[in-house]
Amino acid sequence: MKNKITAGKILSFVRDNSVPLMFVLICAVCIPISGFSWGYLINEIVTRMGRNIFLILALLIPIMSGMGLNFGMTLGAMAGEIALILVSDWQIWGIPGVVLAMIISIPISVLLGAFCGKILNMAKGREMITSYIISFFMNGIYQLIVLYMMGSIIPIKHFSIKLPRGYGIRNTVSLLNMRQCLDNLLAVRVSGVKIPVLTFLIIGVLCLFIVWFRKTKLGQDMRAVGQDMNVARDAGINVERTRIISIVMSTVLAGFGMVIYLQNMGNIATYSSHSQIGMFCIAALLVGGASVDKASIGNVFLGVILFHTMFIVAPKAGAEITGDSMIGEYFRVFVSYAVITVALIMYETKKRKHKSQNAQQLQLAQEEADKHE
Amino acid sequence: MANNNAPLLEMRNIKKAFFGNQVLTDINLSLAEGEVLGLCGENGAGKSTLMKILFGMDVIRDTGGYEGDILINGEKVTFNTPFDALAAGIGMVHQEFSLIPGFTATENILLNREPKKKNVISEVFGDRLDTLNYHVMTERAEAAIDKMGFRIDKDMVISEMPVGHKQFTEIARELSKDQLKILILDEPTAVLTEKEAEALLASIRSMSEKGIAVIFITHRLHEILAVCDRVVVMRDGYVVSDEPAAETTVNEISSRMVGRAVETTAKSDIRDKSDAKTIMSIKRLWVDMPGEIVRDVSLDIKEGEILGIGGLAGQGKLGIPNGIMGLYEAGGSVEFDGAKIPLNSPRKCLDASLAFVSEDRRGVGLLLDETLEWNVAFPAMQVQNKFLKNYLGGFVKWRDEKSIREVTERYIDELAIKCTGSKQKAKELSGGNQQKVCLAKAFALEPKFLFVSEPTRGIDVGAKSLVLEALRKFNRESGVTVVMISSELEELRSICDRIAIISGGKVAGILPASKPSEEFGMLMVSMVK
Repeated sequence: MKNKITAGKILSFVRDNSVPLMFVLICAVCIPISGFSWGYLINEIVTRMGRNIFLILALLIPIMSGMGLNFGMTLGAMAGEIALILVSDWQIWGIPGVVLAMIISIPISVLLGAFCGKILNMAKGREMITSYIISFFMNGIYQLIVLYMMGSIIPIKHFSIKLPRGYGIRNTVSLLNMRQCLDNLLAVRVSGVKIPVLTFLIIGVLCLFIVWFRKTKLGQDMRAVGQDMNVARDAGINVERTRIISIVMSTVLAGFGMVIYLQNMGNIATYSSHSQIGMFCIAALLVGGASVDKASIGNVFLGVILFHTMFIVAPKAGAEITGDSMIGEYFRVFVSYAVITVALIMYETKKRKHKSQNAQQLQLAQEEADKHE
Repeated sequence: MANNNAPLLEMRNIKKAFFGNQVLTDINLSLAEGEVLGLCGENGAGKSTLMKILFGMDVIRDTGGYEGDILINGEKVTFNTPFDALAAGIGMVHQEFSLIPGFTATENILLNREPKKKNVISEVFGDRLDTLNYHVMTERAEAAIDKMGFRIDKDMVISEMPVGHKQFTEIARELSKDQLKILILDEPTAVLTEKEAEALLASIRSMSEKGIAVIFITHRLHEILAVCDRVVVMRDGYVVSDEPAAETTVNEISSRMVGRAVETTAKSDIRDKSDAKTIMSIKRLWVDMPGEIVRDVSLDIKEGEILGIGGLAGQGKLGIPNGIMGLYEAGGSVEFDGAKIPLNSPRKCLDASLAFVSEDRRGVGLLLDETLEWNVAFPAMQVQNKFLKNYLGGFVKWRDEKSIREVTERYIDELAIKCTGSKQKAKELSGGNQQKVCLAKAFALEPKFLFVSEPTRGIDVGAKSLVLEALRKFNRESGVTVVMISSELEELRSICDRIAIISGGKVAGILPASKPSEEFGMLMVSMVK
């Protein structure tokens, strides 16, 4: 009897955590095949944690307020990029450059976030697909600004970032003088692994902020709105405004996250950096065991570790097996989309299962009554 | 100026009409401090509308407001929103739960009224960033639960609570409001076990001792007698009696609830079909239709009869046709004309020559943006390949516009559908005429068996009798078996041969329509859950 209960517990644990477990399995198989040393692997993972976690944490707030996975975080990424382009044109490098870029990104993010939030309020229940499409639409506006308005309307002085024709920004903007300035400040090496202490401190502060934020009135309101909009409205909470604030916060944090991400990379791919960032962040979060309506800081950390371990080892493992290194690149894009699809399907089946539970109870009650007769 | 002699609450000559339908006429009510008032009446008697007026619900204002005065402590008040009513000390516990499932009882009790603490960040960014003061929240929730007198676990998450405790959480929320003077409980015991219901009655008594007046709406009449000081019975928008609870009995109340001022005689041509063959045999049916749960219903329906299914709202009568026709998850077995009908598959039911006129005519019943022709012919076209012309040996099918128009016009004539023509859009018709289109749609299927659910809900008296007459004619002329589900007993009595009363999700009894209303009334409240 006792064995049965433990078996049931294990089974439900596996079912609830199938995505993270699958990735643990993939990593366990790929790591030995890839032949990377542990030192190299850990170094890579730590670097990528510093690079990505802030961005992924930006996704938590909209999930809390019931708006699902915020594909609209791309908007924040665009704001971060525009800010960095401006700062690098002004030749403000190092930490002051990073801080200034963050500050400049705020008004742009707030504007884009408020716009996105307004539209999502009109599309309640379809937030994810709507924010996904908004990010495509905004990408067009971003290109208009960066490709045509920068240099012609918005003054850009430096030829290193301007296209030769006199306006528009080059495909890549180098951030060499800013590269890893956050990561290197206060960095310590522990047996060959570089730990970017300052970046992790910033991430730590954001984690503390999120924990604290859940205990504020606004956080409580967001949780209420996220679980039942009508009840929250009946209680006098301004549902629409709360949802907009949630998206604005997420967008601003995504803007900061993008600045941190790009200072680590050391260059901006002007027309593509932002376009896949949303998808990769969401995939990482889901790999960490989050779902459309529930995500924690733990999910973020676990997700980044698992997802990036796979990123690092899969191409090498693929190359070792097939002799073709492209297979790994193909694999990572494929897996990202697959993870998101699986997570969405699981969310729907869970909802449906919950619904039919009532019916099962009715049937059980009837069978119980039969036994008594 | 507060007048000390005036009652706490007084409603004077309240009148309300929805789209010309008078639903409340000259309602006078008064309530003293600490008094418990029982309010009962059949569905549609106007109880809910009256409470909505008192609570300032949006729907009242959106439909043209009300006439008459509401006075609190002798002063006239107008509530534009429920928040105004709350501020004036009126609290209401609705039938549907208004709770956040993932929050604890404490968080729900103090929803959007959480005590807060200032901090550095909130000084800069505004008071929505104040942190919650969990310590004070716990204290206040405790106090409210104490006031209620029924222990619930204040730290338990709502989604894990038994349904009765959710109800108590809602009551505790109202009690936690300091200004509360009047508490409206709308069928609070419907979801409670017997023990919990008793606890609720005890807690109503203790509230009343603390000076809170309670308006208690329920279908369980013995509860009213057990706890109320005064009983008000409503029927058809009138107050028919208002007397001390000590001077009345359950029988008196239930006969007042159903008895009509002008007793419509049950129709004369009631047929006894007990010898006819059983066309549909329902065995041990359960249906999971939210708010209309059916438990263990067995019913035999005779060929050619009109069977009525009646009962109070929420007792499961609507679940029966919706479950059989596959719109909600169901179990048990249904045999039709000797063959088993698989449940949970609407198409199989239609193929077996069953038809269903849904109570949700705008949602399920009609293609609102399409023409009447389409509405009438669409199901017959889909299900039975009627109104189609075959070409190339049935490989290509074209709509037969001419026969569609003919059949639509025939039904427009027969049912006296008021419209500009067969090409008019369904959404442009009035409620009554839309209902007739729904019937025409079902008739066009030429079914052997017809479920009609609430066919007269929300339509005026004239249209009502036309719809009922059309059903009767359809039954008599085509020999179709009709099962009609309605909340209005008199309507059932005027057209049906037998009437089954559903109470608590089960069949409480089946009587010939000729029996007096009082007997049906007793059945209605017999097993209320």
